[in-house]
Amino acid sequence: MKQLLQQLINGLSLGSIYALIALGYTMVYGIINLINFAHGEIYMVGAYVGFALTTFFDLGFFPSLIASMLVCSLLGMLIEKIAYKPIRNSTRIAALITAISVSLFLQYTMVYFVKPDTRTFPEVLTNKKLSFFNGSILLDVKNIYIVLITVILMVALQYIVHKTKIGKAMRAVSIDKEAAQLMGINADQVISFTFAIGSALAGAAGVLVGVYYNTINPLMGVAPGLKAFVAAVLGGIGIIPGAVFGGFFLGMTETMVSAYGGSIFKDAVAFGILILVLLIKPNGLLGKATREKV
Amino acid sequence: MKRFNRKNIIAIVGLIIFYFLINFLINMGIIDSYLQLNIVIIGINIILAVSLNLVTGFTGQFSLGHAAFMSIGAYTSAILTAKLGQPFILSIMLSGIAAALAGIFIGVPTLRLKGDYLAIATLGFGEIIRILALNIDYIGGAIGFNDIPQYTNWTWIFIFTVTTVMLIHNFNKSYHGRACAAIREDEIAAEAMGVNTTYYKVLAFAMGAFFAGIAGALYANYFYFIKPDSFGFMKSIDILVIVVFGGMGSIAGSILGAIVLSIISSFLQNIPELRMVIYSLILFGIMVYRPTGLIGNQRLRTHKKKKEAKLNVGVESKESI
Amino acid sequence: MSVLKVRNLSKNFGGINAVTDVSLDIEAGEIIGLIGPNGAGKTTFFNLLTGIYTPSSGEIAYNLNHKVTTKDLKPHKITHYGISRTFQNIRLFQNMSVMDNVLIGFHNGLKYGVASALFRLPSYFKSEKDTYEEASQLLDRFNLLDKKDELAKNLPYGDQRRLEIARALAAKPKLLLLDEPAAGMNPKETKELTELIHWIREAFELTIILIEHDMSLVMNICERIFVFDYGNLVANGTPNEIQQNEKVIKAYLGEEAAKC
Repeated sequence: MKQLLQQLINGLSLGSIYALIALGYTMVYGIINLINFAHGEIYMVGAYVGFALTTFFDLGFFPSLIASMLVCSLLGMLIEKIAYKPIRNSTRIAALITAISVSLFLQYTMVYFVKPDTRTFPEVLTNKKLSFFNGSILLDVKNIYIVLITVILMVALQYIVHKTKIGKAMRAVSIDKEAAQLMGINADQVISFTFAIGSALAGAAGVLVGVYYNTINPLMGVAPGLKAFVAAVLGGIGIIPGAVFGGFFLGMTETMVSAYGGSIFKDAVAFGILILVLLIKPNGLLGKATREKV
Repeated sequence: MKRFNRKNIIAIVGLIIFYFLINFLINMGIIDSYLQLNIVIIGINIILAVSLNLVTGFTGQFSLGHAAFMSIGAYTSAILTAKLGQPFILSIMLSGIAAALAGIFIGVPTLRLKGDYLAIATLGFGEIIRILALNIDYIGGAIGFNDIPQYTNWTWIFIFTVTTVMLIHNFNKSYHGRACAAIREDEIAAEAMGVNTTYYKVLAFAMGAFFAGIAGALYANYFYFIKPDSFGFMKSIDILVIVVFGGMGSIAGSILGAIVLSIISSFLQNIPELRMVIYSLILFGIMVYRPTGLIGNQRLRTHKKKKEAKLNVGVESKESI
Repeated sequence: MSVLKVRNLSKNFGGINAVTDVSLDIEAGEIIGLIGPNGAGKTTFFNLLTGIYTPSSGEIAYNLNHKVTTKDLKPHKITHYGISRTFQNIRLFQNMSVMDNVLIGFHNGLKYGVASALFRLPSYFKSEKDTYEEASQLLDRFNLLDKKDELAKNLPYGDQRRLEIARALAAKPKLLLLDEPAAGMNPKETKELTELIHWIREAFELTIILIEHDMSLVMNICERIFVFDYGNLVANGTPNEIQQNEKVIKAYLGEEAAKC
């Protein structure tokens, strides 16, 4: 029973990370119909920036988190301007291949410069464990931090998307770009902004992971990137609550499979879910069916 | 159209001469083992690229899991030759068939999907196969499969590379090939014109898998050691880069691309991370500046733009992509 | 002899009733017009006839090359039964040549399998030669033979429309559906189209249904007209009857009739 509770908490943390990354995928797809393969790498850069700030500049946790989010949002906007804008009118295959190339570029440039060894994050968060029920359950404070920060970020995102002008513009552009432009919305700006927010969230996830697991390496974005993408598809790609739902669902499922099934299969879980979703309900659990007009 | 016109005869004679020339150079020791290694790699890459091109470039079905079929072929051949002592020709054929069966099995459910979704699904299947291979002890799991008899030589490479190119070329220039091209161009119209699109998509997919399986067998029986991670997403990307670089839908492009990129790769062998950085830049450059690749027709870039232009010519109503 | 019987055909997409309870009969050799405002369900009706959509309820019975009642046949199968079509927004195979576009249509001439194609068996050569000749003849009758190696996307608009019709005819249909064949055409081209349609009906022994907004074409060429509005079949009759039908005039013909 206590194992179960422990696993639930782990699942929640993992789910938070996936959800944060998945949000970036879903928002970008919703607005320009592109699977941003490089998104996992932004998460990785976030972790490294956090690492650099805490290790070399002795910054505390929260300042590093904010700074990393800022750097990542700038990186995201840069990538969009340089790599994705030129191919905005190309076919889907061309866009996908371009995204893959950006992803590979970031991964291996990082490997080239910082070497593929893992680095260790310094202990920036207190390594405290709270005990419940007379010591039978140990709750790592870091878990609380992760979930709490994730929730705060998501509330902030909800606020931006639904209660600000730019949020409304984002929603408009994702429904119909041309119509939005006709209404006076600067689609380019809105797209940049979307990338900025999505990347900031991924950056935050990177720092959180670095702090929680203490190790980072240049290829750390590949697996979580793919899995977060699965989460976004699971919930319904392009739908923001879908990404959150998908992220937590995947995190929970993966943790449970790992704990009770066998950790060798936990990576296969994500892909298994992906295939199932694509075959049964390709528009995701929260998505609506779309139809090609003939 | 005759079977043996002048062009064909020149090509056949040329190929025969080429075969014996290389054979001679190898026997004389002029082509050393390092060059032989590269020739084998180029041959295998040609087979991989041309087979992926059939699926992705020619039939328009975006597959990111091609390396998984190579993997199935490699392991099948390894088992047949190393553990069951079968002759090479039999094992190569069975490897191709095993991969083709996998292609049908994976293709039937996934080829209902389109574009991005299909790409991701194939990627997913590719990863699942890799993870499965990692966990099967009979074939060595993560440690890999060692001591595979080294049967692959210039003759085998030559025969299978030429055969692959010829068969796929013949396929393309037939009704069946045209049906696949029609599917790429406009699946709904193809269906309306009597093309059984499901059948042809799975057929192309299975054919591509078949040849990838053969490439895998040639690979396994040359490098005598294989492990699951050699056939992951990265390998699929490698093959895709060749196809895109050479020009999607062009067999000649895939051949040229395989040769050029294999050569570039071997020069960059000592700096593997830089190789990937350069590869990614090549890929990016092509997508932005020359999406049609080395040899290809103007298909990729202006596709969407043209559709939008047509919509303004008094033809009513929107068509969503 | 009736070639098409539709009974109580309906199609809804989640809350939207695209086609509601449509019943009609079409006799061999007729040229039928399908008119109605945008969104009235005309193209949806075509899509139902060709199997692209499955009916939500109702029945379609064809009596063409074969007698067949179908609810769940795939489009390519339905084509084999003798029905062929063109599309509202020309759907040619853009990067294939004119000849290749038409060759696709000749699936009926498919007399060799994949193995024969791969290994260039004799049946491949014979079948390709025969089909090529048939396709050339067809293109010639449509005045497109001299452009046979051009890519479809490089053809002028009028040629593209004709090519689409030629391609549809390659399948040797008994029933031809034309979806807005005159869209984007000037009066001269429309007149040529009118002649073309008359000619193919005779030469290829067809029954033709066409969706059109160009009233001069419709009134000129159609022997009977069905009027759709909001998914319902609201009127049918000869051009004269339709022109005087109050419901129709109110719904839509009003301005058009005035223009002519």
